[in-house]
Amino acid sequence: MTPLLQISGLGKRFGGFTALEAIDLDVQEGERLGLIGPNGSGKSTLVNCICGTLRHELGSVRFAGKALDGLTAHQRTRGGLARSFQLPRPFGTLSLAENLRIPILYAVNARAGGGLAGPAIDARCRDLLAEVGLADKAHRLPRDLTQIEMRKLELARAMAAQPRLLFADEVMAGLSHAEVDEIIALLFRLNGQGVTVIMIEHIMRAVMQFSQRLAVLVAGRKIADGRPADVVRDAEVVRAYLGE
Amino acid sequence: MGSVPFVLALVCVAALLFGAGRWLNISYAFFAAYVVVQYIVLGTAWNILGGYTGYVNFGITAFFALGAYSTVVLYKLAPSLPLPIMMVVGGIVAGLVGLGTGYLTLRLRGIFFSIATLALAVVVQTLITNWDYVGGARGAYVLRPRVAPLIGGDYIQYLFLLMLGLCVIALATARAIEHSALGYGFAAIRDDEGAAEASGVPTLRLKLIATVLSGGFMGMAGAPLPYYVTYLDPASGFSLNYAVNAIAMPLIGGTSSWLGPVVGAVLVGGLQEYIRVTISSAANVLVAGVLLVVFVILAPEGIVGLFRRRR
Repeated sequence: MTPLLQISGLGKRFGGFTALEAIDLDVQEGERLGLIGPNGSGKSTLVNCICGTLRHELGSVRFAGKALDGLTAHQRTRGGLARSFQLPRPFGTLSLAENLRIPILYAVNARAGGGLAGPAIDARCRDLLAEVGLADKAHRLPRDLTQIEMRKLELARAMAAQPRLLFADEVMAGLSHAEVDEIIALLFRLNGQGVTVIMIEHIMRAVMQFSQRLAVLVAGRKIADGRPADVVRDAEVVRAYLGE
Repeated sequence: MGSVPFVLALVCVAALLFGAGRWLNISYAFFAAYVVVQYIVLGTAWNILGGYTGYVNFGITAFFALGAYSTVVLYKLAPSLPLPIMMVVGGIVAGLVGLGTGYLTLRLRGIFFSIATLALAVVVQTLITNWDYVGGARGAYVLRPRVAPLIGGDYIQYLFLLMLGLCVIALATARAIEHSALGYGFAAIRDDEGAAEASGVPTLRLKLIATVLSGGFMGMAGAPLPYYVTYLDPASGFSLNYAVNAIAMPLIGGTSSWLGPVVGAVLVGGLQEYIRVTISSAANVLVAGVLLVVFVILAPEGIVGLFRRRR
């Protein structure tokens, strides 16, 4: 079976700084992958390159059998890739429900056979907000939310695009123990519906509980990729996190 | 309110205004009202790009004067051409320039886009000033027919009626945008262009739609100008007043809704006309400036924003 996401030899430079070097990564349809690494190791850069926010110089990214090179970010979102931003970037003048309306109007409805009409869109926005526990704030503005609620909104907006592959970029940072469990349960539910999930996270408890496979980035290189229990015992990974 | 009842209501209001003017039958009233309605169109056009999409255009005079000067060209080529057709042509010319501007400035955001549009105004003014066919720096005369076609009476009544019609179209368009997927896309671009792209919004295409609509309406608003002033030179066609007012009026009225430019234009435009007549023709320029400063400080969301329910 061809992997849903195929990254081969991906490289990205910022001037003289090599942010990513020769990254190879395959993700199967329906898989739950954890992506970890110290701060500045290139995790978000990798997401940006895959989602089209940044252009990479070397290598190629294939999604669902098609090369993504040259496609704009919105074309990739319509193709089934969705991401949350590590620092929440809500649409500030739109209500929470309207925030979710954007990907429904522009990603879901742009796909063949995806034409949702007015009431169906409203219902879908309500359902999604309920899933992340923001149902009672549907008509509030993002500025009324706490940082934590904004992360939930960020996740809900990515889910609203009905992706085949979802990048959850540190959606749990700052959340309480119970809230982390809630989000993990939510991501498991999504995965159960067939969505492939790549979780980028520093909270090891969440990563270990969620991931079937773990990939580790250090200084722009992938140093480990395998079963979570094996990866966290890998000598190189331990050295990267804890030092000599 | 649905779109059709809204347009019908607009047409009724416009018909009432025009009927009242005919009943009063004062030429000055038509001259003054023309200016106010022209500013509603200009403010609405600016707001489609500046208010909805968040791209502040300082080059209003470029689009406005392109409309005016395309009428001058058409007047020289075919003087008998009906004015509504000249307006459509002016709108197409300005809309195409809007498309070009959108393409060339698509990488520019925020203040850099604004500076580029300012440069556009200077470039277009320089070109027109050096184009002898349309009068160059000397300016061009346009002879106005004495009697209005179709409706009879003074020709200014005809000009006012056309501008009123354009105003109805502009407001109906603006409101339709607000309530459509296009309006949500514009708002997403205004709030965060990167997040909009990530949500599937084709930002470039939407920005081009906004620049074409905005530029096109400005051009159409400028097209009747040569007939209004009868003598058009670059200094009056590219007057800074148009740019200042077209930005100040939506900001004072409120940029979030179609009603904002209307409220702003009626308030500021009306006040300017009043001061022009009672105090001095120079003092009226002060009005927009002072009101703009006051509103930016006290009511950043404009008059309409003051009456919006607090969310």
